[in-house]
Amino acid sequence: MSFKQALYAATAMTLVTASGALAENLVIATVNNGDMIRMQGLTQDFTDKTGHTVEWVTLEENVLRQRVTTDIAAKGGSFDIMTIGMYETPIWGANGWLVSLDDLSAEYDADDILPAMRAGLSHDGTLYAAPFYGESSMIMYRTDLMEKAGLEMPEAPTWQFIREAAAAMTDRDSDINGICLRGKAGWGEGGAFITVTGNSFGARWFDEDWNAQFDQPEWKEALTFFVDMMQESGPTGYATNGFNENLNLFQQGKCGMWIDATVAASFVTNPDDSTVADKVGFALAPNSEGVDRKANWLWAWALAVPAGTQKEAAAKEFIEWATSKDYIELVAENEGWANVPPGARTSLYENPNYQAVPFAQKTLDSILAADPTNPTVKPVPYVGVQFVAIPEFAGIATEVSQEFSAVYAGQQTVDEALAKAQALTNDAMEAAGYR
Amino acid sequence: MATKHSRSAARLMMAPAVILLLGWMLVPLIMTLIFSFKQYLPLRGGDLGWVGFDNYVRFVSSSAFWPSVVATLTIVGGVLLITVIIGVLLAILLNQPMWGQGVVRILVIAPFFVMPTVSALVWKNMFMDPVNGLFAHLWRFFGAEPIAWLSEASLPSIVLIVSWQWLPFATLILLTAIQSLDGEQLEAAEMDGAPPLKRFGYITLPHLSRAITIVVLIQTIFLLAIFAEIFVTTGGAFGTRTLTYLIFQRVLESQNVGLGSAGGVYAIILANIVAIFLMRIVGKNLDA
Amino acid sequence: MARAVTQQRKIINTAAAWGVGLLIFFPILWTVLTSFKTEATAIADPPVFLAFDWTLENYSAVMERSNYARFLWNSIIIAGGSTILGIIVAVPAAWSMAFVPSTRTKDILLWMLSTKMLPAVGVLYPIYLICIKLGVLDSRGALVIILMLMNLPIIVWMLYTYFKEIPGEILEAARMDGATLKEEILYVLTPMAVPGIASTLLLNFILAWNEAFWTLNLTAANAAPLTAFIASYSSPEGLFFAKLSAASTMAIAPILILGWFSQKQLVSGLTFGAVK
Repeated sequence: MSFKQALYAATAMTLVTASGALAENLVIATVNNGDMIRMQGLTQDFTDKTGHTVEWVTLEENVLRQRVTTDIAAKGGSFDIMTIGMYETPIWGANGWLVSLDDLSAEYDADDILPAMRAGLSHDGTLYAAPFYGESSMIMYRTDLMEKAGLEMPEAPTWQFIREAAAAMTDRDSDINGICLRGKAGWGEGGAFITVTGNSFGARWFDEDWNAQFDQPEWKEALTFFVDMMQESGPTGYATNGFNENLNLFQQGKCGMWIDATVAASFVTNPDDSTVADKVGFALAPNSEGVDRKANWLWAWALAVPAGTQKEAAAKEFIEWATSKDYIELVAENEGWANVPPGARTSLYENPNYQAVPFAQKTLDSILAADPTNPTVKPVPYVGVQFVAIPEFAGIATEVSQEFSAVYAGQQTVDEALAKAQALTNDAMEAAGYR
Repeated sequence: MATKHSRSAARLMMAPAVILLLGWMLVPLIMTLIFSFKQYLPLRGGDLGWVGFDNYVRFVSSSAFWPSVVATLTIVGGVLLITVIIGVLLAILLNQPMWGQGVVRILVIAPFFVMPTVSALVWKNMFMDPVNGLFAHLWRFFGAEPIAWLSEASLPSIVLIVSWQWLPFATLILLTAIQSLDGEQLEAAEMDGAPPLKRFGYITLPHLSRAITIVVLIQTIFLLAIFAEIFVTTGGAFGTRTLTYLIFQRVLESQNVGLGSAGGVYAIILANIVAIFLMRIVGKNLDA
Repeated sequence: MARAVTQQRKIINTAAAWGVGLLIFFPILWTVLTSFKTEATAIADPPVFLAFDWTLENYSAVMERSNYARFLWNSIIIAGGSTILGIIVAVPAAWSMAFVPSTRTKDILLWMLSTKMLPAVGVLYPIYLICIKLGVLDSRGALVIILMLMNLPIIVWMLYTYFKEIPGEILEAARMDGATLKEEILYVLTPMAVPGIASTLLLNFILAWNEAFWTLNLTAANAAPLTAFIASYSSPEGLFFAKLSAASTMAIAPILILGWFSQKQLVSGLTFGAVK
């Protein structure tokens, strides 16, 4: 503990002894994205209010997952609060590894959490993680380039339109790619994107008996479409582009369109970082003509308390603070409304201050358009839009997305990749005892 | 002559190191062996009972297995080849009279101090990034299309990064060896009119064989285990999944400890095959 | 004539060696330079080499976000502790191997090296469970021991090769004079072995400093060293080459400086004493 923290703790202690509660030191594992870093900067507000101090373990997303999963599965108890996603929460909740959050205080107003988020972070109706921010995905496009191409973006475009527009906007000489999309291997990167693309072409991961579906024509159509479009209008080397890489490209004015997380909207419209901040329009994610599912996902970074922690009460206090309406106000005060953590609470979207933010409505519409319990046209035995909420999925989808990335890099054909994906998925499902 | 007294004392003195290492080897090894015969899935309740050789069969029958062995050997072999060849050339160069030899030596050994994670991050972002990387700038400057290094040339890229980290090690050992080379012998050969290549082949190279052995042996041990460089750059995509990385995927990404443990046993077998192979070829050189 | 030729050759050698040296060093130099740029300059096309407005803002941003001093301190304790402990365990073993060799000495040495071949990730869960049982998760002590065990084979081997260089006659003489085993080690052997021990210490300090699997997976808030520090700066949202460079520089600077100051010992350390 540093001297400064010790000092805080000491002052906090004197404050709190009056009210009878015990000041705790919470260890919180979190991911190194912008909103979480911002929260770390505001932690003093929490300490002032409750007397508890906080120590952050900030890790890059992949390292964080590996770290918290090991710790919770082995019951290591290294962390009092873990930052986890919509994928982990229902699985861990079902295992009894997380503390139920159904008993949060009345002023916290859990009913205010967007229903889609709440459903995605619950198991059997019990909330196991509180959303810090939520996201879907949508199209971000350059209004100036769209105009130059003589086209107009519909509210809800189809893939066919997107492909045509991308080709029209592409200008290789001035280094402008019509469309930038994720191709990077990893289930949460390119794996997530190709899964929702599959959904919007009528494909699915598994049939009702957990048989892999990569041998079906819908997958071939989706993957072929994706590869052809990126060939025509995508950036070079898109096989290694994930969220960050595409964000950089878009901010530098090198993309006509980008379909990705709704949280990116605040980054691309921030004039400090983005060279195209005033020329960005938004639209709902596309679907293939005649398919009643859009290529948008549903995700939340959420805070959960591992079962067995000694500091459950203090941990819940922190969660109430970090995911409260007050915290949103606090960020708005310090950083402006465009930078508040989005996508978690209904009341945020009813707030006139936030409604003035250009991407607020499209974000909400995108979130509402995603249905984790009904992600594909054909019936599926799983929950989750861009993932399948079973423990084996992360491993399988990472390997599948690696096969797909090899296609994007021109190292194998669509058919080869699909055949390998089919084999390895069935193999892993067999190993796990599904088939 | 060692006395009986000193022999027993010697055993006593060796005991702590041997016992500790024995423990460090046996405890994990036995646990790995036990897990490898079990269905052990931490996310599904942990130990689900014995499954015989299922994990072993499944691990090798996976389509990822043989490519991972090939990738491992390619990376190890590639790095060894590059570091030894460039290391020898560099050692010869650094052994020549010049100004500022000490400073040059500092420059050359610097990469050895860099954490693997940091070096992978720096190479990936600041050099190999196809848009903002320095290589991309360079390529564009010469009017060429930038290369997406980590997808189009994934294995060579990783070999490059790892070679950069290990070149100082090889160079320094070889340099020390060259410095001890008998100058008169070389001069005599020169007088006799032996061309430089011949002098190198008949005098320098044999002299270096022992140093090369050390380089190959030590590097192989470390190279078989490289992980951070792959985790940070490609995440195992584009044919860079080594055996170590495949085990990581099985244990941590798929959370299948039994399957990963079986992989661990295979990795030990592979490491020992490589070790025996090395000993056979170069082991003689190791005798002091 | 001959003099002119050597002078000319020296110039060529110098140019070539400096060229290669700078090329090898360039990635580190570039990282350090980038850490003093603004984010916009860091990705400028064409790249700016030296003529930019130097700024310290990346360093202050990193300092504000992370408790660098604590990461650094943990790295020093873990790397230093494991190396010193390793030397304490290894010196007697290496001594007895070098001076009382048996037919099995070489086998034992090779066996020790072979323990380094077990892939660490395969035993993550077993080791993790043991640490929980012993209550030493996220403690520096556990990492000191684990890293000591990891590097012990290398330490033993290096010390062995150094000790073998020490002429046996001196020991014989000491024994003749009636020196006990303890005195023999303390007064005769140790002074002669100090350079070798110093080199071993240094090399293994570096190896322990750079170890990134166990130090990352067995720590949380208390014992996390610089490898965990760097894990919070890789791939954040947005393009942060300058901040990444600042964090990278901060992670490698201490060891780089240490290495440069003691490069003489290190150079002989790197040779494993086995090259004459």
